[in-house]
Formats: sequence, structure tokens, C-alpha cells
Amino acid sequence: MNKKHWTTLFLMGMFILACKKDVVLKDNPVIEEIAKFLGFQKPANFPEPVYNFANNKVTKEGFELGRALFYEPRLSRNNTITCGSCHIQSSAFTQHGHDVSHGIDDRLGTRNSPPIMNLAWNKSFMWGGGIYDLDLQPIAPITTHEEMDEKLENVFNKLRQMPKYTDLFKRAFGTEEISTARFMKALSQFMLMCVSSNSKYDKVMRKEDNAVFTADEQEGYTLFKQKCASCHSEPLFTDGSFRNNGLGPSPINDQGLYLATLISTDKYKFKVPSLRNLRFTAPYMHDGRFLSLAGVLEHYNSEVQNTQNLDPLLIQGDKRGIGLTENDKTKLTAFLSTLNDEEFINNKLLAEQ
Amino acid sequence: MKNNIKHTAWMLLGSMLIILSACSKKEAPAPEFVETNLAPFSVEFDNIVGERTFSINNTGSPYTNALGEKFSISFLQYYISNIKVATASGQEYTVKQDESYFLINGGDKTTRFAKVKVPEGDYTRLTFTIGVDSLRSTMPVEKRTGILDPAYGGGHDSGGMYWGWQNGYIFFKFEGNSAVISDDKDGDPSGKKQFKYHIGGFGGYNAPTLNNIRTVTVDLKAAGIAKVRQDRQSNVHLFVDVMKVFNGKQGFSIAAHPNVMFGDFSANIANNLTEMFRHDHTEN
Repeated sequence: MNKKHWTTLFLMGMFILACKKDVVLKDNPVIEEIAKFLGFQKPANFPEPVYNFANNKVTKEGFELGRALFYEPRLSRNNTITCGSCHIQSSAFTQHGHDVSHGIDDRLGTRNSPPIMNLAWNKSFMWGGGIYDLDLQPIAPITTHEEMDEKLENVFNKLRQMPKYTDLFKRAFGTEEISTARFMKALSQFMLMCVSSNSKYDKVMRKEDNAVFTADEQEGYTLFKQKCASCHSEPLFTDGSFRNNGLGPSPINDQGLYLATLISTDKYKFKVPSLRNLRFTAPYMHDGRFLSLAGVLEHYNSEVQNTQNLDPLLIQGDKRGIGLTENDKTKLTAFLSTLNDEEFINNKLLAEQ
Repeated sequence: MKNNIKHTAWMLLGSMLIILSACSKKEAPAPEFVETNLAPFSVEFDNIVGERTFSINNTGSPYTNALGEKFSISFLQYYISNIKVATASGQEYTVKQDESYFLINGGDKTTRFAKVKVPEGDYTRLTFTIGVDSLRSTMPVEKRTGILDPAYGGGHDSGGMYWGWQNGYIFFKFEGNSAVISDDKDGDPSGKKQFKYHIGGFGGYNAPTLNNIRTVTVDLKAAGIAKVRQDRQSNVHLFVDVMKVFNGKQGFSIAAHPNVMFGDFSANIANNLTEMFRHDHTEN
């Protein structure tokens, strides 16, 4: 063999080594997961999403930019508050322990942080409506006095100073230029990927991992379908509507949807929240007035008030509420606990990197 | 013979030229209305306040409304959109959607023209919208560029014209000060005696809600029709009398209503806005 042969052999050897390294990389599940970005995937037991993906295809680069922005304190006036401050992943993207959201300069909002979850199926946003396009939603928290209290243009100017973002924008959209549309669409891409669909309930429904309900859970499910499902409809556990569920008006007399529509029949109506991930999202209701699920169930049992526009489903003859025995509550609680999705709150892809 | 033909040809050509030049000297008749034959046209929004010129921060010599309330102006900005013109014979032209949005800022004289292109013609009627139509108000974010960018002009408490909490534009934003405003929660608790009128509301995404979009039609016949030609700049000069906000048919007291934003009362102001526009003259 001459020198040439040796060289060839040597190069081939290098090549094989390189391949081998590749194999090692592929065997590492974490790296493999990161390398393989599947984009938005509709869970088999979910309906078609309502978000217009044709107008904003979720890409790995767009999602990563959105994630960076979601956890970016420069979105707030004094660079202290991120989206993740009030939407904490371990609390299923709510602000656990806070009745109303706690924003910039220790200012308090008037409503409980709603979860960033399954937003691709949402037709409207916020407890009191007013926003009907996910791509325009972030303007509200960024500009609201009690939340981030910043101007969009200031946010963009701060990000323009950072090579990290010019690079991320370039990779996501092919240009370093930061515009309102690209900024919003990247945030949407991250939020759309916050899909919670791997609770025990989902596995039972999809017949995965041999998952089955316990006897209590099954009884609770039957009760749920009788007493709760007309508003908290499966599989999202909300029908997306706005209703007055008979809460006494709050001290600030928050009139809910009415503030956005000025239609008197919308007074005291709030968005029906999903019942997924309740273990992580207390306190409950638009103003976080109930600290526990027991408090919520007792509200529906005996505390429903006949306020303006009370939902007719909560009036049964001369009685209000849905009448729950202690046994019913136990069973319902058992069923509701099957809606907790540990994979969602632990999904590394959605965490601050 | 040959010479004769040549001579006749020259004569013909000469007389034709004479006829042609005679034509051009005459008052030009309205050219044939061809939608693609576009020429420059502008509408000038010249802000005034009653019998006085418009000025920002006129605290030294305040304006006085019909109820005798003295006020100064610190901010004025409004959208004009969907410009449409019509000829005496009823031919109409609507300016292309993407080129028909303007933001007039009282503090910046360079913004007072809405410059568009319309076919050559003699126009006797002008129509426009105060605000942003519902279609544009619900468009996806990438269509919201320039003056329609939600980031434009800062936040809604400065020069911005976008309400983040309810996905809508502020059509007309008018702020100032008046000593008649109380210092309590019904007035201005900060003690600055500020009034703020932020008028918006496009009618809702999926359920009909407050609609403060108003359309204004101006008859140009009395003060001068717009003769739009390619080699000229026809300009319809409108006076925009901001005093009508207070003194219009649904007039009100500053002391009684120092803050009007997204609420039922705002419809009164929206109605008054249509009275602001007065055609003064046309430059052709």
C-alpha cells in the first residue's frame, strides 16, 4: 500500500469515528428530543385547533425565540418582570398563591393569572374577553400599568441592542429586524406549544399505557358529565364561553365581559376556565377568591348568588347551584385529580433555558 | 403636384396644432373617467378651535366652549381612513385599502395632509371615515404596520392609538386641561385638571358592540370642486373645528365628563366629531 492508500484508510477511519459519535449522540434521549422538534401536534383526543396556523407555522427557531421572549425581563419597564413571572410552569403557567396577579413594582392587578395552556383552541382571551387574537394578546400584559408597564417600542429597542435577539430573530424569520408582527408571532409559537394533553384522563380516553379510572374516579366522571360538563366540556374542560356562575360581586365590582362589550347582558360574566391542572393552579375564580377546590365545590353546592345574568344552568326550580353531597364532592375531586398533567408542568421544552 | 401635396399636409398639420392648442387653452373639460388613470389628490385637515387657530399648550390664552368652560389642549390625534370621491355624474372611486389610512397629529403640521391617488376627474363629493374600519381593526398582526402598528407612538397613555386590553384602535384622542375639573375621583385625582377623550370602538369581533366609526361626506360644490389632473396637485382644504367636540349637537360640559373612553357616553362625542369638518376651499 502506498501513501495514498494509507491516507484514504485514515480518512475513512475518521469518518467512521465521526459516525460513531453521531450514534452516541442519537442514543442520548435529551439531545435527541431537542434535535427533533415536532412542531405543533394536535393530541388525538382533541378537536381541531382554532388558531390559524397557516398564518404562523410553528418552527423550532420561532418557538425558541418565543420561549426566550416569554422569559425575557426586558419586556417590562424596569426589566424585572417576565411573562413567566405570573405564568409559572410548575403552577401550570399560573401564579400560584396569588389571588390577583403581582406585577411590576409590587403592583397588584385585579384578576387571577390564567394558565397559558391549550391556547390554540381558544377563541377569546382574558377572564373578561376583549381579546380575540392570540397574536395581539401580549400587548395587554406588556402595556398594563399593574403588569409590565412598558411600551412596545421600548421593548423592541431594548432587544435590538442584544446580539442574542438579533440572532434569534434572524434564525426564526430570516431577518434581524424586530417588528411587532414577528415579535408577537414568536410569542404565539411558544404559547401554542404549551399543550396539556397527557393527564391520566387523556391516557384513559386514548387507551394508552393501560390507564383506567379507579372506581371513585369513574363515579366522579359520571357525576361530572351530569353536573359540570355543560360548561366545562371535554376534552378541553371549557366550552370557551362567558358565564355568570353566581359569585357575589367582588369589592371592586368587576363586571367581567361587560367592560369589553358594554352589553348589559354581559355583566358579571367571566370566561369558563378549564378544569385541567387544578392541583397546580389554586387559588380559583377570576379573582382567586377560593383557596381550595373544596371552596369551589361548596360555592356550587350552596353559595351561588342570584346576581344579574346568573347562568340559567345554575338555577334548578327554586334552588340555585348544582346540589352536591359530601360523597359527590369526594368523587368529583377524585375525577378532577385525573386532569392533572405532570408531563406538562415538567416539560423541559417549555422551561426557561 | 408633389409640392402641393406636401403643402396641403403641412397646412393640415398646422391647423390641427392650432386646434389642439386652442383646446388646451380653454378651461379643461373633465377627462374621461378611467380607474387606472391615477393622479395626485390630497385632503388637508387644518385643525381650528372655534374662531381661533389651533395651538398646543395654549395655557396663556385658553379656549372657551359654549358653556363658558375655559380649556387648553395638550394633545390631539385622529385617524382618517377609507377616502372616497365621486363626480357630479355619480362615478365613484375608493382609494386602495392599503393606501387609505392617515393619522393626523395636531402637534405636527406635516401630518395634516392625506395624500392619495384617484383617477383624473372633477369631483364634487368627498367621503372618509373618522377612525379605523372594522375590517382593518380585526386584521392579523402582520397587516398592522406603520401608523396601524400597535407599537406606533408609544403606549395608549402617550401618543399611542391602540388599546391592548380590547384589541381596538383609539380613533380620536384629545387631551388638555381645564380649571373646571375637580380633584376627586370624578375629575382628575392627580390634581392636574386634565381631560382625556379617547374615542374608539369598532363594533366587536364576533358580537356587535359599541361602534364609534363615523363616516363624513363633504359636498365640494359650494367651496370648490376638486379638479384632479396628473400635472397638478388638487387639494381639498378642510377646517377641522375641534370645538365641536364640546359644542356639537350632543354637546357636554368638561366638568361633568372630564374622562370619556370606552363607554356608552363616547357615542355622543363620536357623533359630534362628524360636525368638525368644514370645506373651506379647494386648491386645484
